Amino acid sequence: MLWPLDNYWAHFGVFTVIVLGFFLIGVMAFTYVERRGFGPFQLRLGPNRAGPFGVLQPVADAIKVLLKEDIVPARADKWVHWLASVIVLLPVLLILAVIPFHKGHGLIPDLNIGILYVVAVSALGVMGIFMAGWASNNKYSLIAAMRVVATMVSYEIPLVLSIIGVVLISGSLSLNDIVEGHTIPFFLLTPLGFLVFLLSAMAEINRGPFDLLEADSELVAGFHTEYSGMKFALFYLAEYGHALAMSAIAATLFFRGWVGPGSEYIGVLWFLVKMLFIFILLIWMRVTFPRLRIDQLMGFAWKCLFPLALINLLIVGVEVVAWEAPWWIIFVNFAVAGGLILLWSRFFKLGGGRVEVRV
Amino acid sequence: MELRTEPFVLNMGPQHPSTHGVFRMRVTFDGEVVVDMEPIFGYLHRGIEKLAETRTYTQVIPLTDRLDYLASMTNNHAYVLAVEKLAGIPVPERAEYLRVIMDELMRISSHLMAVGFFLNDLGCSVYTPLLYMYREREKILDLFEMVCGQRLTYNYMRIGGVSHDIPEEFMPALKKFVAEMPSFIDEYDQLLAENEILLARTKGVGILPRELAINASASGPVLRASGIKWDIRKKDPYSVYERFDFEIPTGKVGDTYDRYRVRIQEMRQSAHILEQAIEQLPSGEVQSKMPHLLHPPVGEAYGHIEAPRGELGFYLVSDNSIAPYRCHIRAPTLINLTALRDMVIGWKLADAIIIFGSIDIILGEVDR
Repeated sequence: MLWPLDNYWAHFGVFTVIVLGFFLIGVMAFTYVERRGFGPFQLRLGPNRAGPFGVLQPVADAIKVLLKEDIVPARADKWVHWLASVIVLLPVLLILAVIPFHKGHGLIPDLNIGILYVVAVSALGVMGIFMAGWASNNKYSLIAAMRVVATMVSYEIPLVLSIIGVVLISGSLSLNDIVEGHTIPFFLLTPLGFLVFLLSAMAEINRGPFDLLEADSELVAGFHTEYSGMKFALFYLAEYGHALAMSAIAATLFFRGWVGPGSEYIGVLWFLVKMLFIFILLIWMRVTFPRLRIDQLMGFAWKCLFPLALINLLIVGVEVVAWEAPWWIIFVNFAVAGGLILLWSRFFKLGGGRVEVRV
Repeated sequence: MELRTEPFVLNMGPQHPSTHGVFRMRVTFDGEVVVDMEPIFGYLHRGIEKLAETRTYTQVIPLTDRLDYLASMTNNHAYVLAVEKLAGIPVPERAEYLRVIMDELMRISSHLMAVGFFLNDLGCSVYTPLLYMYREREKILDLFEMVCGQRLTYNYMRIGGVSHDIPEEFMPALKKFVAEMPSFIDEYDQLLAENEILLARTKGVGILPRELAINASASGPVLRASGIKWDIRKKDPYSVYERFDFEIPTGKVGDTYDRYRVRIQEMRQSAHILEQAIEQLPSGEVQSKMPHLLHPPVGEAYGHIEAPRGELGFYLVSDNSIAPYRCHIRAPTLINLTALRDMVIGWKLADAIIIFGSIDIILGEVDR
């Protein structure tokens, strides 16, 4: 064992640096992966000028954004405008603090209420974005902020319900125990839960077909329309950091985090590979689908994901009570999940129509 | 406690990602719902109609390129058609065929852009469908570059013919393109046509009823999507269109989805026309004998064609001088825009954007 450092302060200091470094480098790597990954999807190359294969593109972007002028609109609420860009970054860092990158390694890897803490902290994300939208004194930003409150609050419910499924099986809230508790990755045991988690996480981090709050074709740039320079960069960092954090949580909860074949010491690599896999799923959906409308988005949360998450919880509950289930339960799980999704796709239509208005 | 709410006004445009130029919509919202909309245009007014009065008939052709800059060839065609009517100038058969070939290529290219930007407005977040459309448009632009050296403002058609005959490498490239195009259209359909989100977002949204479409004098795919079989190529055949066998695709409901589908199907029909035109293309002259400076007899003429976006017409009045006395342009997208307000009221912000996108306007033509 290389770690843990016995000294509390040494541990704290070292891991703070590691988490911050992981966050910054991770975001840079993810933006590179995303932009490069978009290339083949869109019949083009992606960034390929800065450095070999364009790997230095994020650095170039960072330098550019640092040198930009910082503009605050004349009628904006200056303090809130400034504070929002800081607050929006906060939950991301707080989530990353409890992620176990390796067996028992993290800033606070053994937090006994781990996943509960993650859920609670990630709800803070709403606040920063709403502050940004409100303080910008811009109507586009305000609409985006309204949308954000509506969607994030709604999608938190299926998100939490799908996480409860995992917690039920593992019997622990600690992320470390969730990873170590079982020999089967949880996405095999609760495929439906994983799907619900993935979709609500996408809405939660405002990506893919759910990126309503910065819908570029409708709201220009949504809540960060009025931000420039480093403040904009903070929003950008927060957005990708949130994606990073959600991929990390998904890898931890559903893919057994650092556990994988090979030496014990390459656990971190497994963790990163699994994160990247989730992130590529997110990229894939983002690059493929058209955006939903706001009422359809809410409908999707309440009429589709919410009941499915409840049913998932029921299935998991039954499986937990009658545990020591044979291995073929995995196939039953997948069949049930597939059947339910098919059923819902038949009965649930995104729909939504015209509203009668007095002209 | 009763919450007090009030509608608010949002100026969408002139600088907005989805206004396709510098169009401005002054929209009144009640929450997310559009309760009123006032289109404001004129930001791109360059006075092309007035400028035309100070130029000779031939010198007006480059001005027409700047109208609908995604369909310059058809603009050229509509203008030279009007002048030929005015002055009674014959056009060699080969030139007519070349014009048809260019028109149909232009229609495919323009519809590709229309569909691509429509899907972009729909929020395919990072331009994916648009970039697929660019792939084919690039090939068409290469073809145009071969014949006239330009990729955007072609200035290819001349009064009484076309400026150049096609170079020898043009025909093989065109044949290859026409052979490939249907499979590309199949690919677009395969990728998106039945997408659940696309259907939910577009079906039934922004319906333009039959009567309103007629009363608003809409034309082109917007009119045909409302179920009216109206196409200048069939109803008032110009050039050599009566020699080709093609269909007029129409929609049933007149919603945004129908407009999208009509454009896709028109691309197929255009490819079909191109096939026939390549087969029938005669040899011979491409420019008829013309006087050095054209003095059309006193009178007036209206030449109209089926441009990609609808009926594009040029109304010319001659006073027997070298310049037109008056030139009026019937811009299809300006007239299609008049129905916009009735279509968007009651829909949400996101719908307003796609309804606007489905009309497919080009500001160069709206403002002139």
